[in-house]
Amino acid sequence: MNIHIKNGRLLDPHNKIDGKQDVFIVDKRIAAIGNAPQGFAAEQVIDATGLIVMPGLVDVAARLREPGYEYKATLESEMGAAVAGGVTSLSCPPDTDPPLDEPGLVEMLKHRARSLNQARVFPAGALTYGLKGEELTEMAELTEAGCKVFSQADTPLTDTRVLMRAMQYAATFGYRVWLRPQDAYLAKDGVAHDGEVATRLGLPAIPAVAETTALATMLQLARETGVKLHICRISSAEGVEMVRAAKRQGLAVTCDVSMNHVHLSEMDIGFFDSNCHLVPPLRSLRDRDALRAGLRDGTIDAICSNHSPVDEDAKQLPFAEAEAGATGVELLLPLVLKWAEEDEVPLLQALTLVTINPAKALGVTVGHLSVGAHADLCVFDPAVTWKVEPAALKSQGKNTPFHGYAMQGRVRYTIVEGKVAYSL
Amino acid sequence: MNNPQLNKNGELQHLLTTEGLPARILRDILDKASEFVSIAEGREIKKVPLLHGKSVFNIFFESSTRTRTTFEIAAKRLSADVVNLNIGSSSTNKGETLLDTVDNLCAMHADMFVVRHSSSGAAHLIAQHVAPEIHVINAGDGRHAHPTQALLDMYTIRQYKKEFHNLRVAIVGDVLHSRVARSQIHALTTLGVPEVRVVGPKTLLPTQVEKLGVQVYHDMAQGLKDVDVVMMLRLQNERMQGALLPSAQEYFKYYGLTQERLALAKSDAIVMHPGPMNRGVEIDSSVADGAQSVILPQVTFGIAVRMAVMSMLAGNKQ
Repeated sequence: MNIHIKNGRLLDPHNKIDGKQDVFIVDKRIAAIGNAPQGFAAEQVIDATGLIVMPGLVDVAARLREPGYEYKATLESEMGAAVAGGVTSLSCPPDTDPPLDEPGLVEMLKHRARSLNQARVFPAGALTYGLKGEELTEMAELTEAGCKVFSQADTPLTDTRVLMRAMQYAATFGYRVWLRPQDAYLAKDGVAHDGEVATRLGLPAIPAVAETTALATMLQLARETGVKLHICRISSAEGVEMVRAAKRQGLAVTCDVSMNHVHLSEMDIGFFDSNCHLVPPLRSLRDRDALRAGLRDGTIDAICSNHSPVDEDAKQLPFAEAEAGATGVELLLPLVLKWAEEDEVPLLQALTLVTINPAKALGVTVGHLSVGAHADLCVFDPAVTWKVEPAALKSQGKNTPFHGYAMQGRVRYTIVEGKVAYSL
Repeated sequence: MNNPQLNKNGELQHLLTTEGLPARILRDILDKASEFVSIAEGREIKKVPLLHGKSVFNIFFESSTRTRTTFEIAAKRLSADVVNLNIGSSSTNKGETLLDTVDNLCAMHADMFVVRHSSSGAAHLIAQHVAPEIHVINAGDGRHAHPTQALLDMYTIRQYKKEFHNLRVAIVGDVLHSRVARSQIHALTTLGVPEVRVVGPKTLLPTQVEKLGVQVYHDMAQGLKDVDVVMMLRLQNERMQGALLPSAQEYFKYYGLTQERLALAKSDAIVMHPGPMNRGVEIDSSVADGAQSVILPQVTFGIAVRMAVMSMLAGNKQ
C-alpha cells in the first residue's frame, strides 16, 4: 500500500533523525523520507501533526503462549496486543508446550503468525531438547525453519559441559545464544529477591548471587567459545557491572532488561501483591538504579516487555503459589518514555533500546526507517495521558503491576509491512 | 499503601501480622486479655457471651494441635459456634483453590476465620477477598507471621517484667523459617523494647534481618549476656540435616539453651518457647522445666489473648 505520513516528528535512532519529516511508503518498503518519490500517489494519508513517527518497536521477549497454553493467551489476542503497543517485531521464548525444539513447531507458529498479518514473529528456538539441558536441538534445521536465536527461556542449563558444547556448536554456524543467568540451586524454591522485603514477608528468596554466579560462567564460556551471547533479563547491580566489564574487555556480548525492573523494586510487592511475582524477581532499589545507569551508559542494549500473560486464577493464590509473570507488551512504549523522562535521557537515545538495538541482538533487518527498509512503523501521540485499566488491555492476560498507573504516550497507528495493522 | 488490618476508623479489622500495628492496639489487646485472665481465674463459669450467635471457622491448611485447640477454647469461652476444618493439602489435590474454599465457608455465614496456611501471605489474600463484615485472624502463614503467638508472648513478658522500655530481649534459633520470630520482633520493637537481639548461625538468619530493627549475634554467650528475656525458637526436624546444619548434636552444643548459658543472662531472666519443644536440641530439659521457664504460663495466656483478639474484632465494624 502507498501511504503518506505527513507533518509528524520523525524519530529514527539508527539514522539519527529527529525532525519534522514526511514518510512515504510504497508497497512494503520505505520509499522516501522528506520529499515524495517521483510519481508517488498516496492511497492513504496519515496526518501525524503533533505525533511522533518512529520505527515499529522490537520486543525481544513476548510470550504468545502458543502452542500449549491457549488458556492463558492465544496468538490472536497477543498479536493484537503487540500492535496495539506499537510492537512490529517480537521474539517469543521457546517455553511453550511442547517447547520450540522441533522445526515443524516453529514453522507452524511462523505460519499461524503470518496469517494474522500483525507483528513479525521471530521465535527463539530451544537450545536443548525439551529445554532439559541434556541434548542439543537441531539448530541448523531450526534456523531454516525460522529461528533467529537459541535460548533456554527461564530453565537454567545446569550441566556446564552441555552449555559449553551448545555454545561451541552455535558458534560454528554463527548462531546467537540467549541466556538468562540464574543458578538453579541458589534460586531453588525462591520467589522474591533475597533482601529486606523477602525477610519481612517471610518469602523464600533468590539471592543476587544466583544471577552473578551463573553470569560469570556464561561470560567465561562465551570468551572460550566465541559464541554471540545475549544476556536476558539482567536484574542485579553486580550483574550489570559484570556485563559492563566484559564489554570493556571487548567481549561480543549484548544484554537486555525487562521494563518491570526498570520501574519497580521489591518494595512494590507491598502486602504480597502477586502481580509483582515476576521472573527474575524484582530486586532492591539499589539494583534498579544500577539497571538504569546501565541503560544510560549502553551496558544494557535493550528493554523488553517480558510479556507473560497469566490466567486470572493462577494469580489468585498466596504469593509463592501464584504463577509468575505479567502482561506488558502494550505498556512497553509508555514505560520506555516514562524512564526517558525520569532519567532525562534524550528520546532518540531511549528509543534505540526498543528499535535498532534489539533488532541487532536478534540479527534481523528491522528497527530502522532507512530508504528501502521494511515499512514497519509506530505513530504515537506523546501528549496523551491515560490510566492502565487491566480490563481495557487487548492481551488476554490482565495481570500487571502497573495497574492504575498513569501513562504518557499512546500509540495511534501501527504499520507492519506497509499495512496499517492497528489504529486508534 | 493502606494497612489492610485496620478499618477506616483505625480500628482492628483483621489480625494478620504485628507489623505496622499501632502500639495502642497492641496494648489494648494485652489489657483486654488481662480481663479474661481474671475471669478464668476468678469464676466458676468461664464463659462470656461476647460472641454469642457468631460462627468462627478455624481453617487449618497445615496441621497444628496447640494453636487450633487454644483458638477453639477461646472462641467457645466467648460463646461462639466453632467449626474446625483441617484441610491439609488434600483439598488442593481435589482442585479447589484457597479462595474457593473460603467462598464456600462465607456462604455458610461465617463471621470470623482463623486461618493457618503453609504459604506466606495466605491470610492477607483471604482478608482482601472476604466481605467487609467478616474478620480474619492469621494463625500462622508460611514463614511470615503468627501474630497471636507474638501477642501472648508480649502478655507473658508484661506479666513478668511489667514494662517493655527497659528490656533486653534475645530471640534464639531458626529465625529464617520462623513466623513466630518475625511477629515477635515487630511486636517488641512497637512496644518500645530498646534492644532486641537475634542469635543463630548464618544459615538460620535471614538476609538483612538487621533492617527489622534487631542486633545480630552468632555467638550464644555474647547474645545472651545480660538479657532480661530469652525467647527460644523451635528447630524443625527437617532443618536438622542437609545443608543448613550439620547435626542436632552440634546445634545443641553451640546454640542449645543450657543452665550454664542461661547463667549469662540476668539472674531474673525469663525463658520462653512457642512450642512444641525439642528437648535436647534447642533447649535442655533442666531449663525448660526450671525456675526461670514461663513456657506453660505462655500457653495459659494464649487462650486469654485469643479471646481478646476475637472479642475486639467482633466489636469493630468496617
